[in-house]
Amino acid sequence: MSEADRSIVRLDGVEKHFGAVRALTGVDLSVAPGECLGLVGHNGAGKSTLMNVLAGIFGPDQGSITVRGVDSTAGYTVAAAKQQGVRCVFQELSLCPNLTVAENARVMHPALKGFGWRRRAAELIARKLDEVFPGHGIASREIVGDLSIAKRQMVEIARAFTVTEAPADLVILDEPTSSLDSVVAEQLLAFVRHHVAAGGACILISHLLGEVLSTADRIVVLRDGAVVDVRPAADFTRDSLVSAMGSVAEGGVADGDGFTSKRRGGSPKVRARPAGRTTGPELVAHAGEIVGLAGLAGHGQTDMLIQLHSARRKASASLQVDGPVSLVAGDRQTDGIFPLWSIAGNITIRSIRHMLHHALIDADAEQEMARRWQQRIGIRTPDVNNNILSLSGGNQQKALFARALASDAEIVLMDDPMRGVDVGTKQEVYGIIRDEAANGRTFVWYTTEMDELKHCDHVYVFRDGGIVADLARDEMTEEKLLHSSFEAA
Amino acid sequence: MIATLLSPRFLRNALPALSLTVLLLAIFQLQPRTMSYFGLNLLLNLALPIAFATIAQMCIITVNDLDLGIGSYVGLVAAIGATWLNETPLLGVAALLGCILIYAALGALIHLRNLPSIVVTLGMSFVWLGMALLVLPTPGGTVPGWIRAIMTLKTPFLPFTIYAAVAVGVIVHFGLMRSAYGTVLRGAGGNPRSVARAGWSLLRTKVTMFALAGFFGMLSGLSLIGLTTSADANIALRYTLLSIAGVILGGGEFVGGRISPIGAVIGAMTLTLAASFLTFLRLPPDWQIGAQGGILIVVLAFRAVINRAEARR
Amino acid sequence: MAAARTAARLATRLLERPWLWAFAAAFLVWLATIIFTKGQGGGEILSAALAFGTFSVIVGIGQMYVITLGPGNVDLSIPATMTFAGAASMKIMATQDSMIVVGLLIALACGAAIGVFNYGLIRLMRIPPIIATLSSSFVFQSAAIAYGRGIKIKPPPSLADFTTARIAGFPILAICTVILALVMTVVLHKTVYGRSVIAIGQNARAAKLSGIAVDFTRFVTYVMCATLAGLCGFVLSGFSGGASLNMGAEFLLASIAVVVIGGTSVAGGFANIPGLWGAALFMFLLVTMLNTFGLGAGIRLVMTGLIIITVITVAGGKSTDR
Repeated sequence: MSEADRSIVRLDGVEKHFGAVRALTGVDLSVAPGECLGLVGHNGAGKSTLMNVLAGIFGPDQGSITVRGVDSTAGYTVAAAKQQGVRCVFQELSLCPNLTVAENARVMHPALKGFGWRRRAAELIARKLDEVFPGHGIASREIVGDLSIAKRQMVEIARAFTVTEAPADLVILDEPTSSLDSVVAEQLLAFVRHHVAAGGACILISHLLGEVLSTADRIVVLRDGAVVDVRPAADFTRDSLVSAMGSVAEGGVADGDGFTSKRRGGSPKVRARPAGRTTGPELVAHAGEIVGLAGLAGHGQTDMLIQLHSARRKASASLQVDGPVSLVAGDRQTDGIFPLWSIAGNITIRSIRHMLHHALIDADAEQEMARRWQQRIGIRTPDVNNNILSLSGGNQQKALFARALASDAEIVLMDDPMRGVDVGTKQEVYGIIRDEAANGRTFVWYTTEMDELKHCDHVYVFRDGGIVADLARDEMTEEKLLHSSFEAA
Repeated sequence: MIATLLSPRFLRNALPALSLTVLLLAIFQLQPRTMSYFGLNLLLNLALPIAFATIAQMCIITVNDLDLGIGSYVGLVAAIGATWLNETPLLGVAALLGCILIYAALGALIHLRNLPSIVVTLGMSFVWLGMALLVLPTPGGTVPGWIRAIMTLKTPFLPFTIYAAVAVGVIVHFGLMRSAYGTVLRGAGGNPRSVARAGWSLLRTKVTMFALAGFFGMLSGLSLIGLTTSADANIALRYTLLSIAGVILGGGEFVGGRISPIGAVIGAMTLTLAASFLTFLRLPPDWQIGAQGGILIVVLAFRAVINRAEARR
Repeated sequence: MAAARTAARLATRLLERPWLWAFAAAFLVWLATIIFTKGQGGGEILSAALAFGTFSVIVGIGQMYVITLGPGNVDLSIPATMTFAGAASMKIMATQDSMIVVGLLIALACGAAIGVFNYGLIRLMRIPPIIATLSSSFVFQSAAIAYGRGIKIKPPPSLADFTTARIAGFPILAICTVILALVMTVVLHKTVYGRSVIAIGQNARAAKLSGIAVDFTRFVTYVMCATLAGLCGFVLSGFSGGASLNMGAEFLLASIAVVVIGGTSVAGGFANIPGLWGAALFMFLLVTMLNTFGLGAGIRLVMTGLIIITVITVAGGKSTDR
């Protein structure tokens, strides 16, 4: 039997685009029964897109999906994937918080019905919880909303392994240990080995490289939407894994040449410690500095920015922000854009308080500000009074930059603002950020892109909600960043 | 043991029953003669129609919507019940079934067009009221004898209303809280995306819940005319607000599929009693709805305190 | 050629204005009525529509601001507030002309106090606005009944004269309300507060991240809505010869209906004050037309309901995820 026939799921040349963004650029991947596949990659490498394709949520734009030797590209939906025994545990929890543990098992299994279904559902999930997490302390009649995050995650994982009608041949786990403590995480990894030994298959996505190295049989390294390395786990070391994820040849991210610290004299504009931390490194930013927040997505960088944004009203010993603040949102649709307003309206909203004339907003001042910043930042539109949605994504983002930069803010917070923005726009905006910093503004910049960190004077690496490294520009390398993002050195 | 009794979760669940008990004891204290068959019958007379309306509202709230038309819908059912159902029973039954179908269609419309249920049901409240006036332009009509017979049933030990209310609570509890599909229906209120991902149709859940609301609204109207013996298009306009209050009093939450059928029935009875309570306090009946509002606020305040205690833990 | 293009652009611009539809519908209904009556009484009907529409517009403005705050925001305590403020002010004025200013201030203060109470429930007790305003409406409706003792309290004669006076067929009250509507339009589009309301309704999270005082704006809006309801209770008591206990009843539905029909987005973030007038006139004229045609209250109500549902089905759909 050839390798291809043995595999549960095989992807060949799978591509996925979102507008101009190429999330997957031809991925080949196969998982065989009795195998745990590790999947690693830095931000934006395409891990979650790949997982969504496997789960049947996104159809691929190119390439084929073969299930047990049969081409299933067409009609590979969520239901079909489930029928074929492909299960997913997503990072965001997908249980119904108003239902009990057993009832959540029922929602997933249509077969649990008729007389005595409650008992059967409770037994099914309890048995699986006992099997995966011995001593879990979760009663199947507990309401999910009352459970701690860790316990919810345990329920969700156990639920993915339960079987009634459709098998659970391939279980995909996306950062399954992110909210579990080390003992429980060990239990899970042991169960994964057990599941695999019994002929099942797993895909394990994790930022904890030790976990992947010890649990997976094979490790796939993704970078920029493509598989760049596949080897048996035994052939990898932590270091070789890290270097496979990064661009090996280039070495340093930033050229340390000409780096002069702006931290001589004067008190910092921003001084903050992540919420809930009383010890550990602080984030510090001085006037005219560009400070980067790095690390894997979702490790506390955005929370830090929100904390800084609301700091003026609730300053404390561990949080000092000296001067007006504005924020450039990264998730434009949910955090930034006012979709019913014109470009001008979107730019000026942060500053209208300062353009009052007899208590009314001065329309001329508004137009003047919008036009000035449209010129300055190069928003491509015939008329700033057009609706904001008439702009391309990159130009919408520029409008959000204009909103922050046109304001009186001395400190500008940026929440990974270049997501899905084209290269040309990026270069223009980088230039403006550098100019504004030279004029004395302070930037705190969370970014998931390695390249952008080279514009920063200082980079703070976040992991699990805290700061784990503080690198000045002249000591920053990609290797160091990856090492501290993925695991304590 | 005491720790369990004082745990926020237990307190929150016990709150509806607790408020009903406190109110009932207070009434017994003020007027011991109510502690009798006839006394209870008098106190809780109108509880059953309100309980049905509250259950109907609860069905809608389960799927994160709100029905501002249930009061006038109950009025329409009452009008049909006191006219067509009595004179030409077949036409009456067909009309009532048609009403339930309209409810189901509303659920589909709201889901498919992603409309705000408040506005749609508000519009429907005009439609129901108008239809009721067309069926029964002036108050009156004759109630079919069998409805009257059921509602005035002399049951042993306790008045019929109490048995019926308990039965309604228990039946709906089994239907929504214990049955397999009921679980999916509530799940659709709790996390629609996850339920859809598990392969269930959200359109079907919404249509089911709206049709159920139409069904229980119908029971509300029929049981109401069984007590009043005649109908009026405006007879139940207050039920819209009462039913929402009853669901919330009974421990239901506004969003997220957290409901309690037994609690809803208890909530409806609490509201009915609150009105009677004043009479015994020798307060003018003017304060009836005020007392209902006051109880609602007090219970919600308690709940806010409990929730905060929980958040602090 | 250029003129034609300008005209075409103007026409498109106008068609994009949702309030236009309400006025067009109102006009058509009026036209149908006077065709039926062969031109009889067209002016009187319009004048009456202006007079009666006034009250829906006053409470509609407040409701519109609240609804514009976004999904879940609505004030169900408007009828209770109107009744309470009407009863309290009439009783205190005790038909004396000299007390009119005091009475007005009392009505406004009652409204404002109820607004503060509502927002207190919403903010401090985390009660959803619908439930909060619902429960407070129970309390204040009762308070009004208890306070008013069920009797219709007469207004001072000057107030009654003022609220029913007309200049060249135009009710003075309607003229005042048009001015109020204009002022509130300016407030909506030209003040920091108004901009904040619209911003919050479009995207509350983005509004907060743009430095808008979300809580304060919501507070002001609920208080303002209740204050306008108090004002409406005051003038309606004057207009209809006294504060009666169910005088607010129809305004719960009317206040929401004029907002929806007037083209304001129920999903929030887009408000439309001229549309309130169009919708209020339309609602009154529709009733008049159906009356003229000899149709009963039943058909009238069914039509009103179906029109609201049709408007929301056509205008909605693209609403947000809630």
